[in-house]
Amino acid sequence: MPKLDTLQGSLDLLVLKILSRRPRTHGYAIMAAIQETSGDVLRAEEGSLYPALRRMEEDGWIRAEWITKDNGRRARIYELTAAGKKQLAAEESRWQAVTSAVNRILRTV
Amino acid sequence: MSLSSRLANAFRPDRLNRDIEEELASHLEEAIEQGRDPVEARRAMGRTAQHQQQSHDIHVIAWLESLRNDLIFGWRQLKAHKITSLAAILSLALAIGACTSAFRLIDALFLRPLPVAHADRLYVLSRKGIGFDNNPGEWNSWAYPLFQQMRDAAKDQADLIAVSYVDRTDITYKTDQEMEKANLQYVSGSMFDIFGLHPALGRLLTANDDRTPGAAPYAVISYDYWTRRFARDPHVIGRMVRIGDDIFQIVGVSEKKFTGTEPGTFIDIFVPTMMYRAVNRSDTTWISTLVVLQPGVATEPLRLKLAAISHAFEANRLKGETGLSQETLKNVLSNEFLMTPAPNGASGMQRTYGQALAALGALVLMVLLIACANVANLMTAQAAARAREMALRVSIGAGRRRLVQMVLVESGILALLASIGGALFAWWSAPFVISLINPPDFPLRLALPADWRVLAFGITVTMGVVLLFGLLPALRASSVQPASVLKGGDDPHSRRRVMQTMVAAQVAFCFLVLFIAGLFVATFQRLSNQPLGFSPDRLLVLTTTSRHAQPQVYWDQIADHLRAMPGVERVAQSGWELMSGSSWNDSISLNGGSPSTDLAYFLSISPGWLDTMKIPLLAGRDFRNSDAYPNVAIVNQTFARKFLNDEHPVGRFFEKASDHGTRDRMQVLGVVPDSYYSDVHSPILPVVYVPLHYIDASGRMLPLDKETFIVRTTSSNPLALASTLRQEVPRVRAEFHVSNIRTQQKIDQAQTVRERLLAMLAFFFGAVALLLAAIGLYGVLNYSLLQRERELGIRLALGARAAHIARQVTTGIVSAVLLGGVIGASLGAVSTRWIASLLYQVKPTDPAMLLLPAIIILASAALAAVPAVLRALHIDPAAMLRAE
Repeated sequence: MPKLDTLQGSLDLLVLKILSRRPRTHGYAIMAAIQETSGDVLRAEEGSLYPALRRMEEDGWIRAEWITKDNGRRARIYELTAAGKKQLAAEESRWQAVTSAVNRILRTV
Repeated sequence: MSLSSRLANAFRPDRLNRDIEEELASHLEEAIEQGRDPVEARRAMGRTAQHQQQSHDIHVIAWLESLRNDLIFGWRQLKAHKITSLAAILSLALAIGACTSAFRLIDALFLRPLPVAHADRLYVLSRKGIGFDNNPGEWNSWAYPLFQQMRDAAKDQADLIAVSYVDRTDITYKTDQEMEKANLQYVSGSMFDIFGLHPALGRLLTANDDRTPGAAPYAVISYDYWTRRFARDPHVIGRMVRIGDDIFQIVGVSEKKFTGTEPGTFIDIFVPTMMYRAVNRSDTTWISTLVVLQPGVATEPLRLKLAAISHAFEANRLKGETGLSQETLKNVLSNEFLMTPAPNGASGMQRTYGQALAALGALVLMVLLIACANVANLMTAQAAARAREMALRVSIGAGRRRLVQMVLVESGILALLASIGGALFAWWSAPFVISLINPPDFPLRLALPADWRVLAFGITVTMGVVLLFGLLPALRASSVQPASVLKGGDDPHSRRRVMQTMVAAQVAFCFLVLFIAGLFVATFQRLSNQPLGFSPDRLLVLTTTSRHAQPQVYWDQIADHLRAMPGVERVAQSGWELMSGSSWNDSISLNGGSPSTDLAYFLSISPGWLDTMKIPLLAGRDFRNSDAYPNVAIVNQTFARKFLNDEHPVGRFFEKASDHGTRDRMQVLGVVPDSYYSDVHSPILPVVYVPLHYIDASGRMLPLDKETFIVRTTSSNPLALASTLRQEVPRVRAEFHVSNIRTQQKIDQAQTVRERLLAMLAFFFGAVALLLAAIGLYGVLNYSLLQRERELGIRLALGARAAHIARQVTTGIVSAVLLGGVIGASLGAVSTRWIASLLYQVKPTDPAMLLLPAIIILASAALAAVPAVLRALHIDPAAMLRAE
C-alpha cells in the first residue's frame, strides 16, 4: 500500500487530536506522530503541515511558544487553546458522520 | 494573533521570515537526529522557500506588504513622469480645493447647526405675501408688543426669543470724540438661558433684565469682541459704554462658541430688548422672532395659534387706518404666517447668498469632474504605454487584483498629494471669498472652522476622485490580454473610445461652466453699466450724527464751512445718500381722494443737492432756503407719469398720506429725470424730493440728529480729503461727529457685490475649466497620434495628402467635441431655471450667450489640435519605420 498524504481536509483534525493527547509538541514530532500512529499509512508533508499550523494559530485554535531544548537549540512547540478543543470536538464528530456515511454507501451498493 | 502584530509583521517581513526559517531548520535537525537520511530530509525540505512564502502569505494580511511595494512603485512611476504628474496634481488640487472651499462656505452658512442647545428645535417666524409696498416678499420683522402676546400664548409649548436687527452703530467708552463702531443687538434676556450658554466671565443677561422698559442698562459682550477690543482684559466687567443716548454697564462676556444667531454677522454687544426706545410701539417692526419648541410639541397647531394672534393684532392695529389703500390693507392682512426650521440660524446673508453659493458649488463640482476626466485620460494613456509591462506581469503570474491595486495605489498617491494642495487652497480661499463680499463699513464675518465636517468632506471628495479617475484605468489594466499585447496587437481603438467619451464629457461640463460664467459676467456688466441717473464721480458722503438733535442752522453752518475748504467743489445735505438701502415711503392721494396702493419714495434734500448730484431739472426750479417741508416737492419723471398723468406737473398739488393719518399737501416745484433710489436691481421708483428744512404743525423748524453731507471734490480721488473733512466737522461744532465717510462710488458698488463675486469666480472657474479641457484634448490627440504613428507613417509613405492625415488624426475628437458641446448646451438650457433670479437683464435664451461658449470651445479645441496635426504631418516615414 502506497503511503498516502493525509486525506484531504483531515490534517487539521489529526493535528488537533495529536495536540490534545500530547500537548506542547513541536512540528517534527507531530509529523512523526501522524506517521507512526497511522502505522506508516498516512504522512503529513512539511509543505502542508507548517502552513496548517500557522493558519490554525492565526484562527486561535492553537498557540505556539519558543522553548530552548536540553541541547540548547530552540524549538517552537504548540498546544491547544479552548477554541481549539471545541474545534477538535466539532471536527471529530463531522469526521465520524462522514466516514460512517461513506461506509454505509460502501456496504449497501 | 492581534491585528497590531499582523500590521507589524507586514512592515517587518524580514523578522517573520527568520522566525519561519528557524522553525524549519529546527525541524530538519530533529529529522536527522531521528535517523532520517539527511539528503532525503533536505530534499523533503527542498521547497523551503515555498513553504516560507505560503506560511507568510497566510500569516500576514498579504496585501499590506504588497501595498508597501505598490506605494514605492507608484511613487517612482509618478516621479518618472514629472510634468504630467505635476499637471494632474495641480489641476486636481485646484478642483478639490475649490470644492472644499465651496463646501466650507455652504456648510458655515446653511448646514452647520448653531452652537446652542436645542438647535434642532429652533424655528423662525415670518410673514409671506404682498407687502405694504404692494410687492410680493417675505418678512421676518415683528413689533415687540405682538412678540409679547405670542410669547405668552406659546408659553407651555415653546420658548420665544426676540433678537433685533444687527445695528453697526457708534458707541464710545470715553468721550463723544472717541466714537467707535460695534455690532449691537437687542436680545431677549432669556435667550442665553434658553440656548444653554454659559458666561466666559461675569454673568449673562437673564429674563429679569428684560421685564421693564429702560430698567436694565446692562450689556454682555461677545468673546470675540472681548478678545479683539479688550485683549481679554478681565477688568472689562463694570465698564460703561455709551450707545446713542444710553449708558450701559458691561456685566459679562458670553461663551466663545456663540457669535450670534445670524451666520455672516458676529455680534459684539448684546443688550436687553427692553432697552430699545420703541419697544412698546405696535407700528415699529424691529425684531425677528425665534421659537425653541419643547420636546414633542407639534409645529402645525402652534403655528395656527400664533398666526391667529398675529392676525388679530394686525387687524386691530390697522383698524381705522386712513393712510393706506383698502387693497393694501387686504393684502397685508392676508399674508401667510410661516414657522420655518432654522437649526443654523436665520440671516440676511443666507437669503442673499444662498443661491449664489449653490451656483458656485455646482460650478466647482463641474470643474472637479473635468479635472477627474483629465487625470483619468492621463492614466489611461500611461496605462497604454505600460500595456507591455502589465502583460508581462500577468504572464509571470500577477493576479488581476494585484494589478488593479497597483494602479489604484498610484491614483491614491496622486489624489493624496492633490488633496494636500487642495486643503491649502481651501484654507486660503474660503476666507478670501468672504472678504470679497464685505460690504463697506459692515464687516461680514463667517465662522469657518476647519473641523471634522470639513475634513470628512475633503476625504470623501478625495476618495470619490480616486474611484472616478483611478478605477477605470485600473480595470482596463487588469483586463489586459498578455498574448495579444506581447504580440503588439492590443486594441487601441477601444481605449481611444474611452478617452473620447471623457473628452465629450469634459467639453459638455466646460461648455456649461462657460455658459453660466458668461451669464454672470454679462449680468455684472449690465448692472455696473446701468446709468444711475446721477453722477457718483468725486462724491464723498459724510454720514454725520449728533448726540442730541441740533437746529437746522447749525447743520447749515457746517455745510458752509465745508464749502470753504480747499479742494471742495460743492456741498449739499440730504437725509441720507442715494443707494444706501434706506427708504421712506408713503401713499399718495390727489385732491383728498383715497390713498394709492403703490407707494412713492421720499428723500429730504437741501437746495443745491440736485446740482451736486448732477441731476438736471427738466422743468420748474430747485428748492430755495426759504422752502420747507411739507409745502413743496420736486418729483421724478416716474412719479409724474404714475401719479400726475404726466400733464404739466409743475404747480400741481398732491397729498402724502402717512399711516399716522396725516395728509401733507405738497406743490410740485420741479421735475427731474429718473434716478435709482435705493436698489439698482429693482425697477425705477416714483421719487419725491422734499426740503430738508422741516416745519411741524405748530410752525417750528424741527432739529435733526442725523444728516448726510454730499461733497463733490475737485480731485479725482475724493478719499484724499476724507480725514481732513472728518476732523473739520467737529471743529465747527463739537457736538457733531462724522460717523461714516465713504465715496458714492463705493456705495454704488456695494449694490453689485454679489454679482461681482459671481462674475469673478465664475470667470475664474470658466478659465480653469477651459484650460483643463484643452489640456485633456491635447493629451488625447497626442496619445492617439502615438498609437497610430506607424499607420500614419505608412499612409504618408504611400502618398496620403496632408488634409487627409489631419482628418485621420482629428476625426474622432471633432465628433466628441461636437457631441459634448450639444450636451453642454442642453444642460445649460435646463440649468438657467435655477439661476434666473441671479441674473439681471440677461436672457439665457439669448443666442449670443450660447454662441460665445461654443466659439471659445471650438477655438481652444482647434488650438489644442494644432500641435498634434503638425506632428502627424511631419512624421518621417523612413525614420519611423526604421525605428520599428
